[in-house]
Amino acid sequence: MKAFKDSGHLFRVAAVFLVGFIAFMVLRNLLVPRSFGRYGHYRADAIAEIAALPVSYAGHQACETCHSDIVDVKNKGMHKGVACESCHGPQAKHVDDPGSVVPDKLDTSMLCPRCHQANLAKPKSFPQVDAVEHSGGAACNTCHQPHTPAIGAGGSQ
Amino acid sequence: MHVPVEGFMYPNEIELQWSVLIVLYPFLTGLVAGAFILASLERVFQVEAVKPTYRLALLTALAFLLVAPLPLQLHLGHPERSYEMYLTPHRSSAMAMFGFVYLWYLLAVLVLEIWLDYRRDIVVMAQSTTGWRRLLYRLLTLGSTNISPRALQIDERAGWLITLIGIPSAFLLHGYVGFIFGSVKANPWWSSPLMPVVFLFSAMVSGIAVVMLLYMLVSSMRREPIDMRCVDTVAKYLFYTFVIDFSLEMLDLIHRIYEADESFRSLDFMVHTRLYFSQVVLQIFLGTLLPIALLGLAQVLKLTPLIRKQIYVLSGCLTLIGIFAMRWNVVIGGQLFSKSFLGYTTYKMGFATREGLLTAIALTILPFVFLWVLVKLLPPWTERNSGALPDVTPAH
Amino acid sequence: MNITRRRMLVLLPAAAVAWKYVLAGTPEASPNYQMTEHWWAMLIDITKCIGCGSCVRACQLENHVPDGYFRTWVERYHIEDWQMEYPKVDSPDGGKNGFPAAKETGGKNFFVPKLCNHCADSPCTQVCPVGATFVSPDGVVLVDQKYCLGCRYCVQACPYGCRFINPQTQTANKCTLCYHRITKGLTTACCEVCPTGSRQLANLKDPKDPIHEFLRTHSVQVLKPYLATRSKTFYYGLDGAVR
Repeated sequence: MKAFKDSGHLFRVAAVFLVGFIAFMVLRNLLVPRSFGRYGHYRADAIAEIAALPVSYAGHQACETCHSDIVDVKNKGMHKGVACESCHGPQAKHVDDPGSVVPDKLDTSMLCPRCHQANLAKPKSFPQVDAVEHSGGAACNTCHQPHTPAIGAGGSQ
Repeated sequence: MHVPVEGFMYPNEIELQWSVLIVLYPFLTGLVAGAFILASLERVFQVEAVKPTYRLALLTALAFLLVAPLPLQLHLGHPERSYEMYLTPHRSSAMAMFGFVYLWYLLAVLVLEIWLDYRRDIVVMAQSTTGWRRLLYRLLTLGSTNISPRALQIDERAGWLITLIGIPSAFLLHGYVGFIFGSVKANPWWSSPLMPVVFLFSAMVSGIAVVMLLYMLVSSMRREPIDMRCVDTVAKYLFYTFVIDFSLEMLDLIHRIYEADESFRSLDFMVHTRLYFSQVVLQIFLGTLLPIALLGLAQVLKLTPLIRKQIYVLSGCLTLIGIFAMRWNVVIGGQLFSKSFLGYTTYKMGFATREGLLTAIALTILPFVFLWVLVKLLPPWTERNSGALPDVTPAH
Repeated sequence: MNITRRRMLVLLPAAAVAWKYVLAGTPEASPNYQMTEHWWAMLIDITKCIGCGSCVRACQLENHVPDGYFRTWVERYHIEDWQMEYPKVDSPDGGKNGFPAAKETGGKNFFVPKLCNHCADSPCTQVCPVGATFVSPDGVVLVDQKYCLGCRYCVQACPYGCRFINPQTQTANKCTLCYHRITKGLTTACCEVCPTGSRQLANLKDPKDPIHEFLRTHSVQVLKPYLATRSKTFYYGLDGAVR
């Protein structure tokens, strides 16, 4: 038909678009990750990847399996609710290899004031002192046993 | 890098996320949308007077559209993954629309319309040029050399239809950018239903201004007389669009001041201090009020063509500065204050870094380089004194 | 070390279970963990927070958070008299090393720990253009580090300022509620080290969970409730001045 003869170029353009569209759909099928869309608009494998990341803090239950005697002492004092790694830092490596990986010795004059240095914004009921006034610069474990900090509750470390 | 912070900011807010490149992107796509709307004035709304700018406007739109994705790519943390927006676009995200709206507008609207309008010239040049140009033009003909009157009539009709579709497409191309900002409820400087509309009208203003300036510049470079009826009409449309744009921005401002919600004090302070120069001086006074006044004068008073031309050039330049300042104030301004409304940070723009000033300048110049190439390959104007089919325009 | 035989018999199975999931260097998700049985949330008791910064430090160590960026942080508020609109807030290095003594005296003073709120109607996941950040079936908002483009739209969309771009990976990063720990029966690093029990993890699908019980029986608040993000980080004792 004459009309089609004069609009042949439009059909060519349409053909170019069609080829492009098909190429896009093929590429899309090849490139979208397999697990995408399983639970929602995301790559479901990402959940497992994130869950498989390594752990640095062992958690207090791991400490209790070997150090139950210290836990017993701690449970009688004010630090009952304080997890071991709160002061001792991440110890998953130590749990993994208790013989070779030994936790660092702690410096109580740096450690204790972080919680117990007096500050206006801390709850009034929380035990807090001005470190210098309180001990004149002496290390906290001179008088306090960290696992059971009340005076007279236990001996030195 | 220490960033001076005043008051309190959430710790992760201190460093700005979106840099000057993200200011540049809406500026560039705004020029695209605006230039296209100007072109459509002639094609669809039959405003004969602006015909001399028609092809130039289309080529300008294309030149800017080709550069537009570059600031985005340079800004991404992983540009090599940007294809993911085509594979798995998240339908609830306005930004995911970018890939498809861009592709649609580039191919199905702009390139197609330019091709249809230039097809006769392309076929002629495919036969008259030599060397690599001949190959290029032959490729562009898609193998069809039919330039009979009937075929050209079909082209005319198809081009009209594409322009008709192109107008809402241009609105979408730039409107979605406004929506990207306007839909963020976390940011009260951005969150507003007016945002897409303000972006769109300021885009139209900037696009019309840039085509007006380019037409005057190119005409004087070619030593062709400037068609005053054309620029007067373009300036008239610029004026009207500017008035609407200004009204919208004033509406936003007045509304904010009146309602004075929890963010108001913080934003107000920011505009009076950190954003004063770019918002009040550049955007409002120099970039909006002054051009509107000048253009208004040209509409109301009987001025000589020379004075009118000077007014148009001055207004055009001020407009472009003002619209760039508007994008700056939205993007950068929206990140200078804390979402706690208790503090402010500072934008430290790098110089020769990936997202620095040098990159921004280069990306602003690049579209004009592209335009120069396009004008050489697809000359927008025919020979002046021909009544019959124009002679072959030698591409040099 | 003095372990009685009886204690060993009780503890050894527990140790075996705990050890298997805690081994550093050989991470594996718990095979017993079912996503459908959990809907994670957190409760922060403002009346107990002492601003020691242990949570910030632990989070940084557990999750290798780069300096200058924070997956969790602590803010200190000072409110003069009754003027709720203008609190004085500071967060020196996110509160990582505690807080220095304040110049102000009197007024209301307290600490507010902040983290990702793991919103059920998360605005950050809504704006991600490719689906790199999402709400997991058990209610944790996570980022797929291999898929994220680093476009920063999610960082803009978060009302709470909890997201950042990791300068090394150039992807979006934020609190994952220690997903790699909670799926193994451990608690989050921040809850683990919190000395006063201010921060506590909760499973809202477990009716016997004590925090779940607390949420049912006490007056709790969330940050920016008017934004309707359905935040799952609940606060007890949150003052109206908190931003």
